[in-house]
Amino acid sequence: MTITKKLLTSAVASAMLVGGAQAEISNDTVKIGYLADMSGTYRDLAGPNGLTALEMAISDFGGTVNGAKIEVVSADDRNSPDSSSSTVRRWVENEDVDMVAGLVASSVTIAVSNILEESNKLGIVSGSAASSITNEHCTPNHIHYVYDTYPLANGTASAVVKEGGETWFILTADYAFGHALENDVTRVVEENGGEVIQTVRHPFPTSDFSSFILQAQSSGADVVALANAGADTTNAITTAGEFGLTQSGQTLAALLLFLTDVHALGAQTAQGIQLTTGWYWDMNDETREWSDRFMEETGVRPTMVHAGIYSSTIQYLNAVKATGSDDSQTVRKQMMDTPINDMFAKNGIIREDGRMVHDMYLAEVKTPEESENEWDLYEIVRTIPGDEAYRPLSESKCKLVTQN
Amino acid sequence: MTEILGVPVAVLSGQLMLGIINGSFYALLSLGLAVIFGLLKIINFAHGAMYMLGAMCTVLMFDVFGINYWVALFLAPVVVGCFGIVLEYFLLRRIAGQDHIYSLLLTFGIALILQGLLTNIYGVSGLRYSMPEMFRGGMNLGFMFLPYYRAWVIVAALLVCFGTWFMIEKTRLGSYLRAGTEDSQLMQGFGINVPLLISLTYGFGVMLAAFAGALAAPIYSVSPVMGSNILIVVFAVVVIGGMGSIAGAVITGLMMGVVEGFTKVFYPEGSAAVIFLVMVVVLLIRPSGLFGKEA
Repeated sequence: MTITKKLLTSAVASAMLVGGAQAEISNDTVKIGYLADMSGTYRDLAGPNGLTALEMAISDFGGTVNGAKIEVVSADDRNSPDSSSSTVRRWVENEDVDMVAGLVASSVTIAVSNILEESNKLGIVSGSAASSITNEHCTPNHIHYVYDTYPLANGTASAVVKEGGETWFILTADYAFGHALENDVTRVVEENGGEVIQTVRHPFPTSDFSSFILQAQSSGADVVALANAGADTTNAITTAGEFGLTQSGQTLAALLLFLTDVHALGAQTAQGIQLTTGWYWDMNDETREWSDRFMEETGVRPTMVHAGIYSSTIQYLNAVKATGSDDSQTVRKQMMDTPINDMFAKNGIIREDGRMVHDMYLAEVKTPEESENEWDLYEIVRTIPGDEAYRPLSESKCKLVTQN
Repeated sequence: MTEILGVPVAVLSGQLMLGIINGSFYALLSLGLAVIFGLLKIINFAHGAMYMLGAMCTVLMFDVFGINYWVALFLAPVVVGCFGIVLEYFLLRRIAGQDHIYSLLLTFGIALILQGLLTNIYGVSGLRYSMPEMFRGGMNLGFMFLPYYRAWVIVAALLVCFGTWFMIEKTRLGSYLRAGTEDSQLMQGFGINVPLLISLTYGFGVMLAAFAGALAAPIYSVSPVMGSNILIVVFAVVVIGGMGSIAGAVITGLMMGVVEGFTKVFYPEGSAAVIFLVMVVVLLIRPSGLFGKEA
């Protein structure tokens, strides 16, 4: 009996030790893993410069949190859910990574978030677009920070319909992200009284869009919408210009454009295109000041993803500092309780489904005459309040929301 | 309006035209591959990278030195061709006569290094290159709007393809080339510098790829990764046409452009796969390719 009692006592004692450890920072180190496309299609919008933004955040924070050091590891996701899964598994199981940042291709994010849920670590998603990440694919272990397909459709599509674009031709990248965007756009167009008369799904990636542009022209639709990203979008826009799509009276709507894409196209080609963005470097003194520092480090202006990585890392480290813990649930709870007010967002709120809700912006690309330098590209036309921009919780299919 | 399978004939004519334009790029690229394979027996996996270098050179020549399109169209292939000769002299020559897999791996490695280096410097978003002034705009053909530049692509590509075929099949230089690869020792016995001939041939094949790249610069997004996507398609074209067949590569290139163009209308989701489907069928029925000699 005494043996059993002793065993029990020691079991309770060790359980208390383990429980007690959660209120501390494990290994006296906060370790952040940066996972992003470092060499492929999505390199420029996050990539190596996103790692610089992350490192800027850590150095601005002071390099340590409550005396514990902050370490960073990084890896190329190669846009592959498989290889990314094994990287993240190694990070959380063998290398004590506490938080995974970056996270670009939606397919990668969905795969990685499952591993984070199994191992109860935290992921902060800055690059991905699919709104399903905080809807049917939500987990208690990640936060979606910068934007998603819901406000992209809401912002751009509703603006274009209101300007008289009633019939739509949608050109969609044939994978998860494109389909999500196509659905969101179709919903917005129909809600606003417009009609989608044809959708064409093109393989990812496609280099020659002339055939699809010709189909768009012969469809006679008022609006030709591009539900794709990166080089696919810039290629399609260039080809549309070459084939005189807009001269013949059709409107071109690009649903996801990053600053780096517009920069690659140039104001001459991209002028007048309307787009929705979560952030722009030239909005106010605060954004300009940070962007100048970023440009000194990298030589380019930051995209919304770069700014989001910086902001979310500071928020994360603040939460670790306040709670004195790097336990994922403790930190996530603290982050949800703290409104975000920095150069990236004002009154940003992280919801229970992991969606960070903040104002979005409808922008129009400047003409070459208006544009004062190569990065002076957007005119902010309208601020879309966060509650209006993002999918309301009442429509959510997230397991964390419906359970309540 | 007359329709075929529910699609107006006018739309199909437009797609036929676009197919020929895309096919011109496939023809130019597969021609270079076929020349290199046919005469050197090297499987040149760096071909896509050379196409990319041609396009990048065209853009950089304009950005840095202000060299215009016409000069670059000539100069970029020459520069890249010389680079190819250097590669052949210092690297490829060392594994001549080895199994094909060695040249494949070596050139693939070269391609990855080039792509990685340039990605580090220029990123992947693409560099700007504006359309030469004289090609702005286009003509209305009734069934489609044909930009002048696309018309020029067909003309330029066909001229170069025909010139290459003529040079290899109908001239004395071409006969040296063909003989040199058949029996290099005998050719050397006749006093012909075969190693030089081989270097030049590789350089020429690479030039064709770079020419395609320069031709593509005004209409496609120019970036360090542009070559990796097109390379696999072009290999499929060469396999369908028959490895080493010059005329076969050109005709198959044009045909595959058209096949792909029509697929984009009838089943767009399948347009990336259709060429590979054709490749499988051709390999099953005629393993040496449509225009290849029976082994």
